[in-house]
Amino acid sequence: MNTDQTAALPQPTHQYAIDSQGLNLWYGTFQALYDVDLRIRQGMITSMIGPSGCGKSTFLRSVNRINERLGYVRIEGSIQVMGENIYDPQVELVQVRKQVGMVFQRPNPLPISIRDNILFSHRLHAKGGGDVHQGTPDEIVEQSLRQVLLWDKVKDQLKRKATELSLEEQQKLCIARLLPVKPKMLLMDEPCSALDPKGTEAVEELLWELRGQYTILIVTHNMAQARRASEECVFMLMGKVVEHARTDEMFVTPAHKETADYIEGRYG
Amino acid sequence: MATANPTMFQASDLNQHNERVQRRYRLLFGLMTLLLITPVLLILGTLVVKGGAAISWEFLLTAPTDGMRTGGLFPALLGTIWLVTVALLLSVPIGIFAAIYLSEYAGDNWFTRTINLAIINLAGVPSIVHALFGLGAFVLFFKFGTSILAASLTLAVMTMPVVIVATRESLQAVPQAFREACWNMGATRWQTIRRVVLPNSITGILTGVILEVSRTAGETAPIMFTGAVFFTPFLPQSVFDQTMALSLHLFVAATQVPEIAEQVPFGIALVLIALVLTMNSVSIAFRMWLRGKKKW
Ligand SMILES: Nc1ncnc2c1ncn2[C@@H]1O[C@H](COP(=O)(O)OP(=O)(O)OP(=O)(O)O)[C@@H](O)[C@H]1O
Ligand SMILES: [Mg+2]
Repeated sequence: MNTDQTAALPQPTHQYAIDSQGLNLWYGTFQALYDVDLRIRQGMITSMIGPSGCGKSTFLRSVNRINERLGYVRIEGSIQVMGENIYDPQVELVQVRKQVGMVFQRPNPLPISIRDNILFSHRLHAKGGGDVHQGTPDEIVEQSLRQVLLWDKVKDQLKRKATELSLEEQQKLCIARLLPVKPKMLLMDEPCSALDPKGTEAVEELLWELRGQYTILIVTHNMAQARRASEECVFMLMGKVVEHARTDEMFVTPAHKETADYIEGRYG
Repeated sequence: MATANPTMFQASDLNQHNERVQRRYRLLFGLMTLLLITPVLLILGTLVVKGGAAISWEFLLTAPTDGMRTGGLFPALLGTIWLVTVALLLSVPIGIFAAIYLSEYAGDNWFTRTINLAIINLAGVPSIVHALFGLGAFVLFFKFGTSILAASLTLAVMTMPVVIVATRESLQAVPQAFREACWNMGATRWQTIRRVVLPNSITGILTGVILEVSRTAGETAPIMFTGAVFFTPFLPQSVFDQTMALSLHLFVAATQVPEIAEQVPFGIALVLIALVLTMNSVSIAFRMWLRGKKKW
């Protein structure tokens, strides 16, 4: 495998943004993840594909520890984010959530103004003197919106309620509002499934913009999107990782029959 | 810089501060909950300790004798069951139907908004006012006399707003998307209500009804002038009879009878509370059964 090409990128301190080892997860008695060993490279866009119910969302939700809010979830194994085990008892949950931004399938802007949506998390974390955007609120709003290519559209209506935006704009806003607290990583769970082709294209364009600055792990059911918009690709099946390779390789010469079948639409 | 920091996920000072604040709030909320259940436990405890000795089959199943000093409370127990049952039979269907109309059929205009406002205000009218209304309307104007019917009607009028408000709120908690899905499949409004809206709101509706049961059984003022009497040796045979009732019986035994054994009023109160708890448990069990049947 020719994965070492990524060494050309500015070399980060930890090679892997996510490093899960022997990750098993149960919902009650139902096992959703089996021995997932997954290493997501830093600064790259990795896509995650697989048939519905194979555990993609479950994996994502384990990385920013949303799953454990459900009382019946049991987790074994470890997940390291930037080289640190996030299931360590010393770990502060709030910090994990801050460092690992999540974008959901349905855009979920808060029912407050566009501007307040962007500043929401910054206001929560700014006083801590941690690693957050240092600009004035106006700068933060403008920069974040510019980064998601939304600024020109909404710059005159920042006071407008975010829930009134179109779905595509809402989704971009949901990405933008993560940026002021400088997350290390963005997890996106089918971020384009509620969007039209133009919106999808716009979000993909945005992904390339953010590439390098952030590690991005994106779940998608859209093969073309995985192929276009990611550098590495993970194929999951029934709670297991079947294949993890460079996207161009996986789509041209998949190593496993299941991967080939799925990519070519024979099941899933 | 922070990337290389091996303590990236460690709590910052701000995190620790926030965590302390949030613990304080949790403590506050917990204490309030404790404060809330303390009087309930104290009341129940007192009743059991002081009134427990009065409870016997004889106490439950015979009429009071010797000016209520001895004997039991059977006529009052039966009377309360009558009053609550008739009041519920009147107010629950009317209340639920009205709420369905207001929530599912009526448009959102000034007229329905006025009605809704009136209902909310009605819920706040003191029970003594309802009592006088019941006396004027049901006892005198409709000539039902002091009877179970007049008293239950008064109770029904008094408690209906609670049922309507609770029902309307649980109906409105059913997502609009469910209704639209039904309409798109060609369901009429009624079919939508019957198959989707009601099944998904029934638990909330029952909560309103449970609240009402408790209130109805314990009310004294509204039945005092309209159907309940201090003492009658006869058990009610129909809704046109007068009856004794537990709440009024408790009031009389506690304040109007000299030299009564202390355990008697406490025993009456204990029975009244036990009756309410029993009725509530039945509806809660029913609610859980319904929820268990709900498949999502
Ligand atoms: N909260 C939950 N409680 C119980 N089981 C769950 C829960 N969430 C997911 N599951 C189960 O875990 C399995 C994996 O679900 P998950 O949502 O991770 O799949 P997915 O790959 O994201 O699917 P999709 O592509 O449809 O989003 C599924 O079989 C699902 O039924
Ligand atoms: Mg999913």
